[in-house]
Amino acid sequence: MFSRLSSRSLGASARYGSSPAGRVVAVRSVQLDAEKTSLSQARFASSKASTRASLSNNALPITFALISAGSIAWYTHLYGSIPFLPEASANTPAEDGLHPTHYPWSHSGILDTFDHSSIRRGYQVYREVCAACHSLDRIAWRNLVGVSHTADEVKEMAGEVEYEDGPDDAGEMFQRPGKLSDYMPRPYPNEEAARAGNAGALPPDLSLIIKARHGGCDYVFSLLTGYVDPPAGVEIREGMNYNPYFPGGAISMARLLFDGLVEYPDGTPATTSQMAKDVVTFLNWAAEPEHDSRKRIGMQACIILSALTAISLYVKRFKWAPIKSRKLLYTPPK
Amino acid sequence: MALTDTLYNALFRRNSIFVSSIFVGAFGFGLAFDTATNRFWDNWNKGKQWKDIRDKYVTPAGADEE
Ligand code: HEC
Repeated sequence: MFSRLSSRSLGASARYGSSPAGRVVAVRSVQLDAEKTSLSQARFASSKASTRASLSNNALPITFALISAGSIAWYTHLYGSIPFLPEASANTPAEDGLHPTHYPWSHSGILDTFDHSSIRRGYQVYREVCAACHSLDRIAWRNLVGVSHTADEVKEMAGEVEYEDGPDDAGEMFQRPGKLSDYMPRPYPNEEAARAGNAGALPPDLSLIIKARHGGCDYVFSLLTGYVDPPAGVEIREGMNYNPYFPGGAISMARLLFDGLVEYPDGTPATTSQMAKDVVTFLNWAAEPEHDSRKRIGMQACIILSALTAISLYVKRFKWAPIKSRKLLYTPPK
Repeated sequence: MALTDTLYNALFRRNSIFVSSIFVGAFGFGLAFDTATNRFWDNWNKGKQWKDIRDKYVTPAGADEE
């Protein structure tokens, strides 16, 4: 029997003999009974095998085509235009705003949590500075508990704010001190009041601002620390301020952070950049409160899923090795 | 061989034992995996998480009663 094997199939059996699973796989030969196998069946089997082979031969080009299509779709989604095509834009770079510097945030690594002392200081900056103009609608007092403050501290802070509640038994609305379940108080009752208080410009709600701006943390940090005198030739209207990071350069919000503006109880020197860093970390937490556990569970999921992938690849090869290394021999009828 | 025999006799021979060892094993693995990864996580992020700074701010129970 073995003398009939061509040199090619011998080579193949030698290859599979040292199969990746580490087992020596015996070359099994199957005798086909000539009477039972019709010619058409045999031809059908061989043509089927060749389609399968052409699919797997083309796996590489198919993969690359899918990757390119995917990245073009992703680019288009991200930047709103198809890549590599010239595009007419009347914007100057100044009108698009300066690209923010990339800063090494303590939470930027894939395994890095927020720095919670920074969130705590950032809340203080938000409360003492930004809350005069910006709301934080999506954050309730209770969200701070176990993140930057203890329950007792938050109850006390909430209790200092008056909330309208009701109606009571007589149908009247009444004022009561805040509780953990109340949301952060707004500086203005409505948008019109906010615009009226800021020369027509609306201070946006800061709950999701880090997610809502290109550049995220880097942009807001650069914006807060990037106020400079307008360069020669740039006219800034009365009541506006020059900031090269803001698209267009003219922003209604004036520079607010100056060294020593707040006093940190933990003794951190309150420099402009320190306050900006802290408030941006706080706002990043406000936009992504799930951030820490998301990264932790992501780490665990990656470990488990890659182990499962490795196991299933191994089992697949283990099961297929004998099938792939067997030989089919045809003994013609005498 | 000895190992496979022991394994076979100890775990795979009876279905009831096989199934319950899967359940117990899953439970134990879950515990061990979570403990190990969380310990690594807390070590990697040492000093940054709330549980690391909490002690600075809690008032011991009863201390704030006037
Ligand atoms: C005096 C009121 C006032 C204070 C205080 C204030 N802002 Fe603003 N802020 C504004 C106004 C008004 C705008 C809208 C600017 C515009 O559209 O020209 C704004 C816009 C912003 C924007 C959006 C910029 C953009 O890309 O659209 C961010 C982010 C921001 N403020 C962050 C802060 C932070 C952080 C603080 C606290 C350190 C703060 N602001 C304090 C009035 C204020």
